[in-house]
Amino acid sequence: MSTATRQLDELIGREYRHGFVTTLETDTVPRGLNEEVIRMISARKHEPHFMLEWRLKAFRHWFTMREPQWANIHHPPIDYQNISYYSAPRSGKDGPRSLSDLDPELLRTYEKLGIPLKEQEVLAGVAVDAVFDSVSVATTFKEKLAELGIIFCPFSEAVQKHPELVQQYLGSVVPYTDNFFATLNSAVFSDGSFCYIPPGVRCPMELSTYFRINERNTGQFERTLIIADKGAYVSYLEGCTAPMRDENQLHAAVVELVALEDAQIKYATVQNWYPGDKEGKGGIYNFVTKRGECRGANSHISWTRVETGSAITWKYPSVVLLGDNSVGEFYSVALTNHHQQADTGTKMTHVGRNTRSTVLSKGISAGYGQNTYRGLIKVLPGAENARNYTQCDSLLLGEQCGAHTMPYIEVRNPTAQVEHEASTSRIGEDQLFYCTQRGIAPEEAVSMIVSGFCKAVFQNLPMEFAVEAQKLLGVSLEGSTG
Amino acid sequence: MLSIMNLHAGINGKDILRGIDLEVRAGEVHAIMGPNGSGKSTLAQLLAGRDGYQVTAGSVRYLEQDLLTMPAEERARAGIFLAFQYPVEIPGVSNALFLKTALNSIRKQQGLSELDAMDFLQLLRDKMKLLRMDELLLPRAVNEGFSGGEKKRNEVLQMAVLEPKLAILDETDSGLDIDALKIVADGVNGMRDPQRAIVLVTHYQRLLEFIVPDVVHVLSQGRIVRSGKADLARELEQRGYGWVEEQHPARKAA
Repeated sequence: MSTATRQLDELIGREYRHGFVTTLETDTVPRGLNEEVIRMISARKHEPHFMLEWRLKAFRHWFTMREPQWANIHHPPIDYQNISYYSAPRSGKDGPRSLSDLDPELLRTYEKLGIPLKEQEVLAGVAVDAVFDSVSVATTFKEKLAELGIIFCPFSEAVQKHPELVQQYLGSVVPYTDNFFATLNSAVFSDGSFCYIPPGVRCPMELSTYFRINERNTGQFERTLIIADKGAYVSYLEGCTAPMRDENQLHAAVVELVALEDAQIKYATVQNWYPGDKEGKGGIYNFVTKRGECRGANSHISWTRVETGSAITWKYPSVVLLGDNSVGEFYSVALTNHHQQADTGTKMTHVGRNTRSTVLSKGISAGYGQNTYRGLIKVLPGAENARNYTQCDSLLLGEQCGAHTMPYIEVRNPTAQVEHEASTSRIGEDQLFYCTQRGIAPEEAVSMIVSGFCKAVFQNLPMEFAVEAQKLLGVSLEGSTG
Repeated sequence: MLSIMNLHAGINGKDILRGIDLEVRAGEVHAIMGPNGSGKSTLAQLLAGRDGYQVTAGSVRYLEQDLLTMPAEERARAGIFLAFQYPVEIPGVSNALFLKTALNSIRKQQGLSELDAMDFLQLLRDKMKLLRMDELLLPRAVNEGFSGGEKKRNEVLQMAVLEPKLAILDETDSGLDIDALKIVADGVNGMRDPQRAIVLVTHYQRLLEFIVPDVVHVLSQGRIVRSGKADLARELEQRGYGWVEEQHPARKAA
């Protein structure tokens, strides 16, 4: 085994070294992946038979697959047999006892982002009292949502309480055969979120606060499924803006969205997993499959995201536009600093008539960061009058970073209109000097210039989120000047 | 206020300033004139703190501080303002936000409270009226899509809002038509104050018809070759820069 692989394993296996108490050890399956492990995971979660079958099919298929090599990213090989694929939710004994046990650097970041103390503790995984303010808030939300017939719960709960919905929709957008990482996720996913909005219902709140409180420690293989039935509307915010302490290095999540006739789903993400240190050591490998299907006529799915974390990001939130007149949108900011690598973009597949898609991607590279936009616009023969507009802008800070744009366009219908615009610019010394000469500190100046660059994307985020995202960019860019 | 002694500086090994001596006191308006390539803009940018220049000899004192050791933002916060010859565009950052951030950075340094959005907007509107600027420029991105004249007026607006102690205007008159020039000159004249010094860097005498300086310096080959009253500018206009250079052939050769 190479040294690099060993380092990776150490990171993945860190929880062992920290030493579990006996009761917890029994709740962790041994390292490695085989049918036994899959059965154990399914049994631990008391899953119905169809789930086990599905996991096993995925697992058997995964064994025939190879890790994709086409992305513009570099990392030591991952030893999939050296990962533990299931551990019970952490107890308080596992995490740090108090904030004073934490890396002061992390605390400084929380402070800068203005995260309340209670929330800092939750994010950092500090053992907090079972009852704290927000739990009651969560319950209130749940009651209010239930009145409208909205189901919003952990995935594992949905499997128990709404197996018919899970069976109908799970894997219907991202099949278990989809790709190496999605297949792995299908076999071993631990938990995630499930959301169903019944016909004609407009979800009255951004589903974010709830998420923040409930969906921590869902583990490295998250699975999310959101269904907006006919005429329904939901806006969903994933993640939070503070860096989360996480001991798993490999993450392979799957998100599936289904929008039926006249339904609309807005999905916003702020991803800020640990990016590794300044020398590029450590950090999360984030291999995510996110896809939405506009199944009904006039349906609408938009992805908005701000990615500043992870050592490696491999992610292409996509929309399949099946229904006539359906609309897909992708608004993205991806930032790489220090030694971060991102190969990310979107796929818009036009199947129905008069389908429209918009792609707006802003990539920022600083330090030694490498940022690749990879996008596919595909117009199938039946997609009369399909329209796409794509704009990819890259901003470079410094001399060592890189920006790469790889747009793929496949058009099989002559009535389609596809536009692509791209630009690359550099934060100039001129711009910086102009700001500092007005009394603005260099770091604040960079943050302001970058925010300006991202403005068109931030406009698609809910107000509060946009403000946080802006602050986050500032924090993530620290050390990129001078 | 500002005291430059025997300043030698260059860029990429090329000497540009070759021994500048200049004394500017509070309340004074100085004009620095000179042909292209004489070092006017270099001097202005160096004083404002632009990176990339190598100072090989001499010193610059500003309000009893060693100016050359201060980074640009500290100079700005200590009251030095440069109106840029080529104002820079910052896409996506509104003019109002930019100026508010700048003003509050400076106020913070001075121990003043930060202005909130309402107070700031009121201040900004008042200053814009003086410069006859369209309020529609406020939400627009900094200098983006501004005409040449709008950019220059925007510089003077920033100066009016930031109220510097030492204002350096680098060719603020270039590219302005006569009406815009008058407006800009009115703006600058409105800022003349016993506590404030103004340095006008210009190629032409035209601006000095409207802003009458206390002292005029002629810069040539990186040195101040002549200093005088306002009428020196007029004489220069008539006789051309060749006239002063001829009077200092020895220095030119040096």
